[in-house]
This record gives sequence, C-alpha cells and structure tokens, in this order.
Amino acid sequence: MAIGEATSDSQAEGTGVEPAASGAGEGAGEAAHRQAVRRKWLLLAPALAILVFAASGPLLIVLVYSFLSPGPYGGVEWAFSTEGWFRVFFTRDIFDDTVGPADAHLSIFWRSVQLSVLTTLLAFLFGFPTAYFIATRERNREVWLFLITIPFWTNLLIRTFAIMEVIRNEGIINTALIALGLIEQPIQILFTDFSILLGMTYVYLPLMVLPLYASMDKIDFRLVEAAYDLYATRWQALRRVIFPLVKPGVIAGSILVFIPSLGAYVTPRVLGGGKNLMVGNLIELQFGQGRNWPLGAALSITLLVIVMVALILYVRNASRSGAEHG
Amino acid sequence: MASTTDVGTRPGPGPGVDTGTTQPRRRRPFSVKRLPGFATVAILCFVMLYAPIFTLVVYSFNDGTSIAIWEGFSWRWYEAAWANEQVKEASVRSVVIASFASLIATTVATMAALATTRSRNFKGQTAVYAMINQPLMVPEIVTGVALLIFFALIKVATGYTGLAYLVAAHTAFCIPFAYLPIRARLESMDLSLETAAADLYATPWMAFRRITLPLLWPGILAGLMLAFVISLDDVVITEFVKSAGQDTLPTYMLGQLRRVVTPEMNAISTVFFSISVALVTVFFFLSRRRR
Amino acid sequence: MATAAVEAQRVSKVFGEGPDQVVALDAVDVQIRQNEFFTLLGPSGCGKTTLLRLIAGFDHPTGGSILLNGEEMSGLPPFKRPVNTVFQNYALFPHMTVAGNIAFGLEMLGKGKAEVAETVDRMLKLVRMEALKDRQTSQISGGQQQRVALARALAPHPQVLLLDEPLSALDLKLRKEMQIELKRLQHETGITFIFVTHDQEEALTMSDRIAVMNHGKILQIGSPREVYDHPAERFVANFIGETNLIEADVLAIADGSARLRLGSGVETEADLPDGMEGRNRVTVAVRPEHASLADTDPTLSGQLETVVYFGTDTHYHVRLDGGDLFTVRTQNTRDGGEAHAPGSPIGIRIAEKSVQVLRD
Repeated sequence: MAIGEATSDSQAEGTGVEPAASGAGEGAGEAAHRQAVRRKWLLLAPALAILVFAASGPLLIVLVYSFLSPGPYGGVEWAFSTEGWFRVFFTRDIFDDTVGPADAHLSIFWRSVQLSVLTTLLAFLFGFPTAYFIATRERNREVWLFLITIPFWTNLLIRTFAIMEVIRNEGIINTALIALGLIEQPIQILFTDFSILLGMTYVYLPLMVLPLYASMDKIDFRLVEAAYDLYATRWQALRRVIFPLVKPGVIAGSILVFIPSLGAYVTPRVLGGGKNLMVGNLIELQFGQGRNWPLGAALSITLLVIVMVALILYVRNASRSGAEHG
Repeated sequence: MASTTDVGTRPGPGPGVDTGTTQPRRRRPFSVKRLPGFATVAILCFVMLYAPIFTLVVYSFNDGTSIAIWEGFSWRWYEAAWANEQVKEASVRSVVIASFASLIATTVATMAALATTRSRNFKGQTAVYAMINQPLMVPEIVTGVALLIFFALIKVATGYTGLAYLVAAHTAFCIPFAYLPIRARLESMDLSLETAAADLYATPWMAFRRITLPLLWPGILAGLMLAFVISLDDVVITEFVKSAGQDTLPTYMLGQLRRVVTPEMNAISTVFFSISVALVTVFFFLSRRRR
Repeated sequence: MATAAVEAQRVSKVFGEGPDQVVALDAVDVQIRQNEFFTLLGPSGCGKTTLLRLIAGFDHPTGGSILLNGEEMSGLPPFKRPVNTVFQNYALFPHMTVAGNIAFGLEMLGKGKAEVAETVDRMLKLVRMEALKDRQTSQISGGQQQRVALARALAPHPQVLLLDEPLSALDLKLRKEMQIELKRLQHETGITFIFVTHDQEEALTMSDRIAVMNHGKILQIGSPREVYDHPAERFVANFIGETNLIEADVLAIADGSARLRLGSGVETEADLPDGMEGRNRVTVAVRPEHASLADTDPTLSGQLETVVYFGTDTHYHVRLDGGDLFTVRTQNTRDGGEAHAPGSPIGIRIAEKSVQVLRD
C-alpha cells in the first residue's frame, strides 16, 4: 500500500493541488499565496457556475422582463415599456383612462405582510416555550429536538395537505363537532384567511423553534440562578435575563419565518382555495391566466426588494446585538 | 404568610415566599429552569405538529372514501396508488432528479466548502457567500419565475425540453443545503491535523486523502442526504420550471389537490413522509456522531 | 566545529500589510548545535512559535534563510524537511489508532510494512505505551496522548525534533514527569530538540542552552546558568526568576568588569556586558537569594516593609533609603531564625560577585 501511495504522491505534486512553493525567501511566500488564491477560485468555480446559471443570473433577466411589453399569449414583446411597473401600483380605468391606485395589488401586498407578521408572532408565541422546553430537558433532549426536526425536513405540501384534511368541512374536526351535537352545520375554516394563518404557522413553526433552541442551548443557567438570588420573580428572570440572552435567536427565527411566509405560494393556494390570494399567487397568476409577464416580473422584483430590506435590517440588527454580547 | 411551611422559605421578597396557604404542604422543589406554563404550551405544540400528520396516516388505511369516518382497515388506497401510472412516473422522475441534483450539488458544495473555510478573508468573500446562500434568501416563487423566463428563452433557442432544466434548477437550490453541514464539519476540524500530516511527510494530496476526507465524510453524507430530501420536497420551483408531462410527485399531488381528494392521496403522502423521515433519521445520527 | 543542526540567518517574518503589519521575527540569528536540547523561551507573542513554524516549513520567512545541517531550507514544503513537530494540542489523527498515528509518517515516506511495524513497536516501547497500541486516540489520557505525539514525531527519526509548548496542557505533576521523560528521550535518541516554552522553570531544568526572546528578537543565548546568573538585559533578568534592580554609578572599568558605587555609597565589583563602556550610570540586577539581612556592615540599608513566609524560604521586602523596593530571600531553618518586625530599620548585604550590570 505504501508504495502505491508513494506513486500517487509524485503525481499530485505535478498537478499543483497545494502550493508546492518554489523559489527562496520572500518569493516563496508570495508564490504560495498566489497559488492558494488560484486554487480557491478553481474549487469555487463549479458551484458558482451552477448558481449563476440557475439562481442569480435569471434574476437579472426578470429585471429586464419587467421593462418589456406583454405578448398576447404570455411571454413578452421586445419593446421597452414601464407599463408593468406602472400596473404594480396603479390602474387605468378601461373606459376613461383615468389613473387610480392599484387597490387589488396593493391590498394583496398588504394582506401578505399582515398575514406574515401574524404568522411570525404566532410562531413566536408557540415556538418560544417549545424551544425553552427542549433546551431545559435534562434527558432525552435529542429526542425532542428530533421531533421538531422531522416536520422541518418533511414535505411542506404534505403537511399543508394534512392540515387541510383536518379542517375541511368533511374533516375530522367538523365531523367530530357535529357528532357531539355541538354544531349542526360544519364550520367553514378552510378557504379563509384564518386557515392560511393556521397553515403557515403550522408549516413554519420549526423554523422558529430551531434557531431559538440554538441560542437557548447556550444559556448559562448560573445567570438565571443569579437573577433569582437577587430576588427576581420568574417573570422578571424571563424578561430581564433569559429573553435578552436569546434575542439573536428570536431575530433569526422571526426572519426565517417571515421571509418564506411573505413569499408563500403553496399554503395559500391549497388552504386559501384560489380566492384568498397572497403575493406569490398573484405573481403566478400573471404567468398563467393573467398572461402579463412584465407585470409578473415587476411584482416579483417588488417582493424580492421587500425581502431584501427585511434581511438587511436583520443583518444590521444581528451584527449590533452580536457586538453587544461579543 | 406561611413562615413555617418548609426549608425552602427564606426572608425577603422572592420566589421562596409562599402566599396564602397556611396548610403545610409539599412544595415542588425549586428549579431554576422551570417556567410555569411553558411545558404545557410545548406539549400542545408537539401535539399540534403531529396530530394532522397522524390523522393523515391513519386515514390512508381507511376502507371508505371518508377522511373523517373510520370504516375499517384496508390497503386499498395503497393498491390504488401503486396501480396509478401517473404516480409511478412522477415518483421515478422525482427520484431521478433528486439523485442527480443532490450528487452534483454535494460534489460542488464540498469543493466550495474546502475553498471557503479555514482560510483568511479573501477578496470577494461576501459576494461568494451571498451567491451560495442566495437560494435560501430569495423567495422560491421569485426564483421559480426567473427560471421560467430564462429556461423558456433557452428552450426556444435550443429546442431541448428535457429533464436537465429541472436537474439544474434543483442542483442550484440544493447547494446551500449541502454546503452548510460540510462547512460546519470542516470548521470544527482541527487545522493542525493537516499541518501534522504535512510535517509527517504527507504530500498535500495524501494529507487530503488520508486525513481531511475521512474526517469530512459524515459531513458530506449529511449534506447529500439533506440535498436529496430538499430536492424531493420541492414544489414551487419545479411547478414553474417543468415542461408539459414532467410532473414530479409533489407537483402531481399539488395538481390533484384541486380535484376531489380521495385517501389515495393520504397513502401517497404517507409513503413519501416515511421516506423523508427515514432520510432525516440517518442524517440526524450522522450529525450526532460529529463529536 | 561541526555544522549547526539548525542555523537561522537574519530571519524575519512579517504578518499582514500596511498599518496592520506585525513584525513577528526581526532579523534573528541563531545557531543550534547537533544533539543539543535547545529552548526558545519568551512570553506569548515574542516570536518563538513563529521561528519554530519557519523551521518546520509551515510558514515562509519574509527575509533571511534557514539552514538545516548546512542546507538551505527556504521554499521546501514541510513534507520534504527532515524535521518533525510535537504540536501544542498534539494534533493526533482522531480516526486512527495509536499505532496508526505513529505509523503515519513512516508510511508517507514509503517504508515497507515490516519496517513500519518494527519501528512502531520500538517507538511504543520508547514512550512506554505498548499496552495501548490499538486504542483510539480519544480513549487515552492527556499524558498518554502526549507520549503518542512524541512517538509519532520521533518515528521517522528526524534530524531535528520541534516541540511547541508540548507540556502546557498537562497538570503540574504530569508536567514534571514529562520533563524528565523528554530529557531521557533526547539522550536516548540523540536527536536535536528545539523546545518552545514560556515557562522559565521548564526552560532552566531541561535545556542545554536557552534563547530568551522578546518582540521578535533573541536577547540572549546561553546555558541556563549563564542566563540566570548573568542576564544581559533588563527583560531577561525580569523574565527569568525574580530580580532586584537598582541604580549605580560607574567608577572604573577594567576587562569586562566595573567598579560601581551603589546608592548607599558602598562600592562593589560587577560584570559588565559588551557595549556598556563609557556609561556613568547603570542599572544592576541582584537576585534575592544572593542577598541577606545584615545588622553589621550592610551593602544597602532601608526599612523592612513586609515578611512573606513560603515554607522553604522567606521573602523580606525592604524599602531602601533611596525609595526602591528590594527583596531578600533566605532559606528557612527549623529554629525559625531571627525575628524581624516590619517597620524596623534593616541592613542588606549582597554577596561577592553577585551584581550584574544590565544592558538597557
């Protein structure tokens, strides 16, 4: 074996996998550094190429498309137009061409933001105690963590479907309530805003719990002991000691729930029943029945900008609270 | 005030002071970590997380068409799903895409992780990280739209409408998921091990083969597993990128949800769910072994 | 004279660029002899580890050159240098057994199976680890890991063994044991050891020669006794052992020795390092154990401030008439010696030839 390895050694040297530094003194360090940099970019190249081809690059094309004219059967005409962007915010009356705000679009954006904020809040209210519960288990912590991780990695569509089955008119909740004689007619839960809220909280809850758990796991409980020693009540210890310590986790969890909620497509489509739209469905509509690709592209960019602003706020906040603690 | 209750009582304000009871009683021993009501909410959460899935699984075995009234145990919906050609085709397609995408993504992510970890800050570092993590930050619907537009252009230009578009799209969004565990593993790895290998006459290639790679394996496998699950689960991007007749299992299911749903969907979901759980379990144990 | 085992010629190492630039080594010259136990001693950040890494080939010098047995090493990667390192954290390969770790270097050199097995066994015996041959490295104690690291580095029989603070992770008792062990291994293998430490006691007990470093420079090289008894600089005097520093006037100079007058007016003879001729006023160092309390005929006088009892000896802190603080250390005896009350005036006598003039 040793002999075989020795031969592969000499081959490897030739390929320059690592700085096989040449020259003497000052030159050696320089050359080695240059070679290391080149190697770094060579290793990065395939991943970056794929990402440029199928992730970053196409985003630029969306930007271009938002400034073109819609084609009659979908697609675009290659003519410059700001109509797509105009239509994001305004409508033109079909009869007298008067311009008014695009209530339909704006209200959908506003609904999406509201639903996402509510989802984030609900996820926090349920997720915080859950994460704390897991983080303070003496034994079997791994098992509880595992139980949270499973929904995190299982199909979002299946989980949405599972919720749908439970809350629909023929579902187990309504059937049980009727059987118990509590109600006579099934309660309409499915295809309401509430069902979207419920569904999104359900599917995104693990995204809140996991970062919360990560920061709670690091709490030094001697600090909490110190708080109790200094006459803090449980509520005061929670508010004044535990919460500030896990704040980075709260922010991370909130952003992880808020961003996918805002761009949600599957959950509102399945649980909203096609009439209760969110931004994601509005965008899809432009590429389907709406046949207005430039408008769809402009809406996409708008959504992307909102998400990026949220992310930038998050990064700033995270680095600031990081500085406080570090 | 009960000052005679038990040893836990101490003077001054604070949690040691009991209020109201005059009856001496056994008090729950004080625990620093306990917060009242938290455990209840947590258990409620776990129940809420699993109750719908549990219901879904149970009714996949229902003999009737109802998803609420139990009519006896039966395998009929599994048989129906098995006999469904569309389901079979979509499943195979899902697995093919996920296999290609996760293998390619893990390979390039491993290379990228080797390039970006354990080195000094380099020029363009922020841009590289932003690129790698982009699929995590940009809403899926936006990526879906972007790929729809871009691939439509290529389809027109080349006439090719095969699975490669889906594989490319899936590979791209799998990269960050494969990258993260590999990078974490690399970062927790002691840099001096490779230095020690070099000191002991190992060439860079030998040091990589004998030291770095064996220690990195659990991370690579974990990354592969995650990438596979993520690809298998994707709905939105696939929905936009797929050409006619290229349904994966999730997009097929999404299409079916518009129609009247029978427990056949429950059966399909249950199988799908089980596979995901199995993969995640393997991943979980791989990452446990990290230490 | 034989070729030096390792020779550094005006070796410099600069990290970073521009305003962030840090000079880790500043034109260091040193010759390390064959088969000696050579120690680089200094506080953290003094450049001792950097010098070690340059010899091993992990870093490249910014300037100057490093010779191994007279051969220029610059540009050679670590895997082509006949030197091995014992790392501070041992850097044992966690996925290999004890034997696997020791065999690694030999395998990389392409040695035959039989030779590898034979050498591994010999090394295990050398560090007394035969019983743990097939253990995983995570299953053995810190002291045992230390021995494996040593065996692994010695197995390829390098020309020079580099040790980067290898004992710092061990507790005191184990450390003392390993100090003796290391001396034994060096003696048995006849390999040149270059040992890096910030622990002056460790350096004094183990080394043939010590190089004291600070701020990227070697301040003094000498045997432990030379460095301790004749520190050339204020930093060396302070870093190794305890020292009293007092000012003195130079009266006369004759062949490396000076006639001084101390603050008290008493005259004494002292060693003078090079380059200090022509100075009127100098700083001198006196070790606390080279001075004693004296009622009659004192060299210095002052007031006793505090008395600290240490078991084997007692420290007397005396405020000299000039205002400086001076420590006297005396060996304790069973009868308790003479009692001195803090606050009382007291005299100090410095033993003959115990005054060292410092370069500053």
